[in-house]
Amino acid sequence: MTDSPMVRFDKVTKRYGPLTVLDSLDLDIARGEKVAIIGPSGSGKTTVLRMLMTLEAIDGGVIYVDGEPLTHMERNGKLVPADKAHIRRVRAKIGMVFQSFNLFPHMTAMQNCIEAPTTVLGMKRREAEARAAELLDMVGLSAKKDHYPSQLSGGQQQRVAIARALAMRPKIMLFDEVTSALDPELVGEVLQVIRRLGEEHDLTMLMVTHQMGFAKEFADRACFFYQGKICEQGEPKSFFSNPQNERTRQFLRAVLEAG
Amino acid sequence: MWDWAYTFEILPKLGWAAITTIQATLIGFVIAATLGLALALTRIAVPATAWIISVFVELIRSTPLLIQIFFIYFVGPSFGIVLDAFTAGVLAIGVHYAAYCSEVYRAGFDNIPRGQWEASTALNLSTWTTFRDIIIPQIIPPIVPALGNYLVALFKETPLLSAIAVLELMQTAKIMGSETFRYTEPMTLVGLFFLAMSLVSAALIRATETAIRRRMIR
Repeated sequence: MTDSPMVRFDKVTKRYGPLTVLDSLDLDIARGEKVAIIGPSGSGKTTVLRMLMTLEAIDGGVIYVDGEPLTHMERNGKLVPADKAHIRRVRAKIGMVFQSFNLFPHMTAMQNCIEAPTTVLGMKRREAEARAAELLDMVGLSAKKDHYPSQLSGGQQQRVAIARALAMRPKIMLFDEVTSALDPELVGEVLQVIRRLGEEHDLTMLMVTHQMGFAKEFADRACFFYQGKICEQGEPKSFFSNPQNERTRQFLRAVLEAG
Repeated sequence: MWDWAYTFEILPKLGWAAITTIQATLIGFVIAATLGLALALTRIAVPATAWIISVFVELIRSTPLLIQIFFIYFVGPSFGIVLDAFTAGVLAIGVHYAAYCSEVYRAGFDNIPRGQWEASTALNLSTWTTFRDIIIPQIIPPIVPALGNYLVALFKETPLLSAIAVLELMQTAKIMGSETFRYTEPMTLVGLFFLAMSLVSAALIRATETAIRRRMIR
């Protein structure tokens, strides 16, 4: 299965009532590839991540993860909508970091990081703590492991959230506008952690971002979403310096002016 | 007017009856708190049950507790459910307040940000673990005051059990009155007992609230 893409969206459609948010999306993401998803709000870019994390049901098509269907399962040679157990098994390969951190407020940074490993993976508490300590160290928060989220800055909370997601050893990491809720001076420390992740780990990463500079330097590919479709995609250097599509050009111009 | 000798004579007996009142309160509240939570959880976990739970809750809240007590105690046997007075009465009180508590829990659940559920999904926590470790620990602290108010309210409704002759405080006082034709002392003592216990409970609930808030702020 190693030749299959890590993630494949096969004609995936998502609607909210009469509104089609994603229209028959085809998208393959290779193993270890880092994809930046950009686009105006309402373009469906966050929905891509949310569907992959199974936070949103899809209305058409199939999503494959690591060579097997996520949203569906095979029964008698046919694909039928997946049941809960199947979704949980395949979903275990995916981790996600949210715009609003979503740390568990009643747990310390350490507790946030060991909750899922102990309850889902069945790890021994000591083993989970050792692993979490390593991860918190990697995100530069060893000293804050016994702090509660309310005692941490936004940037620190987001770094804990990254450590928490990594503690489940995902193959794919999703970053949903992870710096959008941060004060400008805290953005750097979070991007630094993501950059390090990209260098040191063999993770497939999808990130929805407004940090064009970061996307350009970090990603292997940039995808520009517009009205539920991929309007343009390509290798970031040429994508950002020489966009082919008029919509892309307009968007990049607007973002750079604001930026 | 006030007979101290009589007062001291009835005091021990009322003391025993007070134990029954407190037992009824505690057991009734345990039923109310757990059944209320079960109702609220079922409503979320199995959305198809939401309407029937709403009907049940509305039915309970819109009819007097006294009728519900009578119903379980006197009508129950026609359906083969024969309970002694204490059990029937406590069950009625517990179920009655469970309806109120379930709404408190529901408001608690509604106040949990969607992101908490989503983070739980992203970490692949099971539904059970999500409730046990993530959601319930977060809904309890803010609803302690509301649950505490229902505890005190429930306590003050236990005299209704005298209607089916449970020997709690009120019933005991009534019997004393009818035996001696002296109502002043027993009724006053019962009233004072309820006043004292309500004040103590209210203070305890406030202390719990403060303790929780201190823990939350950290």
